[in-house]
Amino acid sequence: MKPIKVLLAKPGLDGHDQGAKIVARALMDAGFEVIYTGLRQTPEAVARMSLEEDVDVIALSSMAGSHVHFCKKLKPLLEAGGLTDKLWLIGGCLPREDHAALRELGFKGIFPTGSKLDAIVDYIRKNVGDSVKDGVS
Amino acid sequence: MNERAKPELKPVVNESGIEVNPLYTEDDVEKSGGHGMVGLPGEYPFTRGIHRLMYRKQPWTMRQYAGFGNPAETNQRFKYLIANGQTGLNVAFDLPTQIGLDSDDPLAEGEIGRVGMSVDTLHDFEVAFDGIDLNKITVSLTVNGAAAILIAMYLAMAEKRGYDLKQLRGTAQNDILKEFIGRGTWVYPVGPSIKLVGDTIEYCAEHAPRYSPVSVCGYHIRESGATPAQEMAYAFSIAKAYADEAIGRGLSIDEFAGRLSYNFNIFGNIFEQVCKFRAGRSLWAKIMKEEYGAEKPGSMWLRMIAGGGGGGLTFEQPELNIVRGAYYALISALSGAQTMALCSYDEAYTIPTEYSARISLRTMQILIEEMGLTETADPLAGSYYVETMTNQMRDKIAQIMAETDAEGGIVKLISEGVIQARVSAQAYRMQRDIESGLFPKVGVNRYRNEREEDHPVEFHAYKEDDARVQVERLKKVRAERDQAKVDRALMRVRSDAEAGANLMPAIVEAVTAYASVGEITNEMVKVYGRYKEPIRF
Repeated sequence: MKPIKVLLAKPGLDGHDQGAKIVARALMDAGFEVIYTGLRQTPEAVARMSLEEDVDVIALSSMAGSHVHFCKKLKPLLEAGGLTDKLWLIGGCLPREDHAALRELGFKGIFPTGSKLDAIVDYIRKNVGDSVKDGVS
Repeated sequence: MNERAKPELKPVVNESGIEVNPLYTEDDVEKSGGHGMVGLPGEYPFTRGIHRLMYRKQPWTMRQYAGFGNPAETNQRFKYLIANGQTGLNVAFDLPTQIGLDSDDPLAEGEIGRVGMSVDTLHDFEVAFDGIDLNKITVSLTVNGAAAILIAMYLAMAEKRGYDLKQLRGTAQNDILKEFIGRGTWVYPVGPSIKLVGDTIEYCAEHAPRYSPVSVCGYHIRESGATPAQEMAYAFSIAKAYADEAIGRGLSIDEFAGRLSYNFNIFGNIFEQVCKFRAGRSLWAKIMKEEYGAEKPGSMWLRMIAGGGGGGLTFEQPELNIVRGAYYALISALSGAQTMALCSYDEAYTIPTEYSARISLRTMQILIEEMGLTETADPLAGSYYVETMTNQMRDKIAQIMAETDAEGGIVKLISEGVIQARVSAQAYRMQRDIESGLFPKVGVNRYRNEREEDHPVEFHAYKEDDARVQVERLKKVRAERDQAKVDRALMRVRSDAEAGANLMPAIVEAVTAYASVGEITNEMVKVYGRYKEPIRF
């Protein structure tokens, strides 16, 4: 069975990567294939890697407040790359009043500080297309 | 004795890996090495504090981390904090500034003034510190990747305002090696990054001998997942790397070691933390004296800011963080810190508001004014438990340092991402332990509110308009400055970098001519290149 493939990116200039690395390990432990980008990714780089690596999940970890700004720039690039059928997630320091805007921008999985690792894993399992899990894709 | 009177006790092991007994006696102190390293406050090996009278003479400096938006707004917050009794400034810069990008750089978009104040040119420093007496209030610059430039800017600003640099005090964080482990505001590869730290040490030793150019941070290594013993061991190994760099330039240890300082974290078990500091103080003194041949007591002092504690605060029931912050402050006071700053209760949500910053400040003031923490030096000394644990923590820290050396040394381990992978694996295990309830956290895995009420957290508002104002100010400075002078200075930065000379004189010339942080950084990148992060799990 082909494992679920996740791109886990650190958007923008934020250097807080402890959370992203913890999530990366949790996803690996769950049997997913994880491509962790490291720090300082531009929207263009995230879109390009998502396409090149043919991932099932595009996940961002943002701790320094520029998440809405970044997602606004990323959305059209992911759309242009034909990645709208992928699962888009975001986690980190995400004030509640920004959640609606993030959802609107296509980030259906929102995991603010305090989220459980297993909740992220379960969410991905439940929401990634069935064809992926069956290894048909 | 009846077996039932002796119930099986589950072993307790602290985060640093040392087993904690239910009872300590003189026997335990002796077995752990005795009282030989205790001494007196103000005397080698300084276990009990670096000064004889400690807080009886002067309480710790209170230095809340602050800065946001444009320099004018930050100047207002500084004045607010000073008016409320804060005794030092701890400047937060926005991410573009910290990694050497100007406000009009496309990569800076959306990040200007967000997590700290935005600085492009000397003009911004002139505004930010306007009306603040730099002899009365010492300023700490929390900057690493762009530290050489901002130190130069601070010195240039002070000189322009007529201060004598020989007397000027202040601190820069300027600990780039830990940025590769946690925090992530690196710019150049590891080699040139260390070289630049050496440049600042060498330059300050000659031109601003009372300025502390480096504050070595265990803090962020701990935040990244290190244990308290690793925090201190890695910080000491990093400090030694900088000291070796400075000595390699022909400086003697006593010419600069007295201006090295430290930044440590305070969350966790009270006794483990206090003993970490007591142990660290004597170990550092021993290293400086025996390994480096330091003769001046000041060179052996572990001067430190001990504060923060962000890693211990929780998103859940945030008001409990006010209580945690108070205990953390108590740890810092019992540990003999020179300077204290506290994370505010809302930091899992936002950068602190004026209100939450004031609560942190008042927390420290209550300890000073009401709780008797300043009356006597090292009040926990002589406790069987504290002295035993201090000895054990000292051994543990020394052991980790020796292992680090045996593995090839801290610089190699950081360059290859080994330390990063190690602490992040520990952070993952800790997170799992918190989620499973194995590691107790009140409000998180104990005593949760079944339905989290709406958190009483007021958000610090980010003003989009600040970015526009900042970019306009930069344009105005560029239009008004003597461009030929800027070009000459920038060319010198590049040629000095190529020649391997100390870059500080060229950078000082450049900032004085109002060259921007981004312009200077770009010249250095042309020579040094950029760091490429090793991804390792």
